[in-house]
Amino acid sequence: MEILGDSLSMLARLDVMVALLIGSVGGVIIGAIPGVGPAIAIAILLPATYALEPLVGLTLLLGIYGSAMFGGAIPAILINTPGTPVNALTTYDGYPMTRAGEPQRALALAFGASFVGGVFSVIVLMLLAPVLAEVAPLFGSREIFLATLLGMILVVLAHRGQYFAAAALLFLGIFLQTIGLESVRYTQRYTFDQSWLTKGVNLIVVVLGLFAISQAFLLLTGKDDTPRPPRLKGGLFAGLREVLRLPKFVLPGAGYGTAMGIIPGVGEFTAQFLSYTTAQRLSKTPERFGKGAPEGLVASESANNAVPAAAMVPLLALGIPGEALTAMMLSVFYVHNVIPGPTLFQTRMDFVLALYLCLLALNVLALVFLIVATRPLLRVVAIPNRFLGMAILILSFVGVYSLRNSATDCAMAAGFGLLGLILKRLNLPIVPIILGMVLGGIMEAKFRTSLARIREPWDWINRPIAGAIFALIVLVILAHLIPALRKRRKA
Amino acid sequence: MATDDPAQPGSGLEPPHHRAEIVFGAAAFGAALVLLALLGRETTWVNGQPLTRQPGFWPAVSIGGMVLFGAAELIRLWLRERRSGGASIGPELVRWVRAGEFVAWFMAYVWLVPQLGYLPVTLIFCAALAWRLGYRSARMIWVALVTGLTVVVVFKSLLKVSIPGGAVYEALPEAARNFMILYL
Repeated sequence: MEILGDSLSMLARLDVMVALLIGSVGGVIIGAIPGVGPAIAIAILLPATYALEPLVGLTLLLGIYGSAMFGGAIPAILINTPGTPVNALTTYDGYPMTRAGEPQRALALAFGASFVGGVFSVIVLMLLAPVLAEVAPLFGSREIFLATLLGMILVVLAHRGQYFAAAALLFLGIFLQTIGLESVRYTQRYTFDQSWLTKGVNLIVVVLGLFAISQAFLLLTGKDDTPRPPRLKGGLFAGLREVLRLPKFVLPGAGYGTAMGIIPGVGEFTAQFLSYTTAQRLSKTPERFGKGAPEGLVASESANNAVPAAAMVPLLALGIPGEALTAMMLSVFYVHNVIPGPTLFQTRMDFVLALYLCLLALNVLALVFLIVATRPLLRVVAIPNRFLGMAILILSFVGVYSLRNSATDCAMAAGFGLLGLILKRLNLPIVPIILGMVLGGIMEAKFRTSLARIREPWDWINRPIAGAIFALIVLVILAHLIPALRKRRKA
Repeated sequence: MATDDPAQPGSGLEPPHHRAEIVFGAAAFGAALVLLALLGRETTWVNGQPLTRQPGFWPAVSIGGMVLFGAAELIRLWLRERRSGGASIGPELVRWVRAGEFVAWFMAYVWLVPQLGYLPVTLIFCAALAWRLGYRSARMIWVALVTGLTVVVVFKSLLKVSIPGGAVYEALPEAARNFMILYL
């Protein structure tokens, strides 16, 4: 209780409250604009948050991260275009409901399910925090190395049908972080005698290029389109109450979201898929799924909104980001010399709990904002594509140039923007590059530290947690390999 | 992200822009091979140290992974290409090249900000790019100008992000110069 009191007093400050409000409301608005999404917004705002206190900066970014999916449901339901990539499954049942004349009901169901998913995962994680505080210190260099390896394998396996491309892009990310002066013997690696490469490739430059500038190029080179969402009639409360009558679809979704969020590299897509297929099995009318089933809509929305809070667990407890957005947040921690990892849970539990309370509060703020402002929000859904591209380009400039006032950084970001454009056009994944950069750095450092205690290969896995993670790695690989081999044999 | 893809990858119904994957795959694989060939030149070998402690170990692992999985992906794409074939990939390659125009816009913006100042260049950039994108009505040009002004005020005036004042600000009277350098 004493820790909870400390956490609440950390949050009871005007700057934190303002950051939470701007983050939550801004996140909903950003999520509602198709083609922007939280990754782009966080990438652009990241350098600006370096000047803020850690809790203020992180609250702002968490607000955007946690509430964007609320907003993303609006264009998914009204114009069949997901506001954020993870709202794609929402279009399956949300848009048919709009076509059937029930846009208001669909929106209310999506908002209500998102709220339940978000709150459920925060409460579970707050209850789990003492357990994590006990377990996290048992992770030494070897365990973190193996957990990072597991995260990388899961990132690749999460890209079904694109394993080779995802693996190659993950290794590209690992390579990018090796460029520059290495920190043990101070030798140059792949600097090509260029002084600007000695400091290495900056993660923010790559993130802004791959996420934001590439999206600007994609919109600027594409057809101009001004979406026209339908008009809304009536209130949202009836739909919100309906969510409470669908617990057998909402709660499993929230559970899947929480579980999948904790596992590095898995995230929203797997959680939604599992939740949706479970809901279809549980439903008395499975044939309606994909044609406007409220059960399908709440299953996918509750799952995707439970992920952000859960995704903070590997980041805070082990210092391992499980996806691109938490990878970006890791850099905010580092800038302020707050090192996430096992000791954070032991020494700064009040800080960890304060972050969870922020996540809880942002769900409430996002829901209240949507109840009040869904109608005016339809205007941002209708921003023309190319105009949006222009806006993203000038915002990207702020993000890159304010880092070091370097035109070279901007040129590099533009180069990564072109690469991102090509990857997006080809439906190839970008996230493995970012995770390769972040996890690759952690992996190299932990590998080197571990080597001091390794005499023979067995030493890597002869401790209980290291052995368990290794067993998990083998299981995960076999679980993917065996069905694939069976399928091939049948074919 | 909005998508205009009628078919999912691996469905055998890839539109031309998915088929352009083979061009990208071949270029990426070629780049990985070049990096591998440069491993000895671009990393240092420390005598008396085991392989795992060499500075070049992690670059070697990462480039090795790029080559291995890049080759596997290329073979997969080549087999798919032989199986399904299809329409020309030219229009997709043209779109990649067309994005180069906006790289030039972006770099011109980057180059001009330290010369003419953040606010003036942002306003000119927004209006000019809006015009180039086909928004010719006075209303849309105004909207573009207000967008530019809002970005400058939010980030430079309020959030105080580090963007230096323009060289031309030096020609202004002292009070105006200080204000412009600090806030605009």
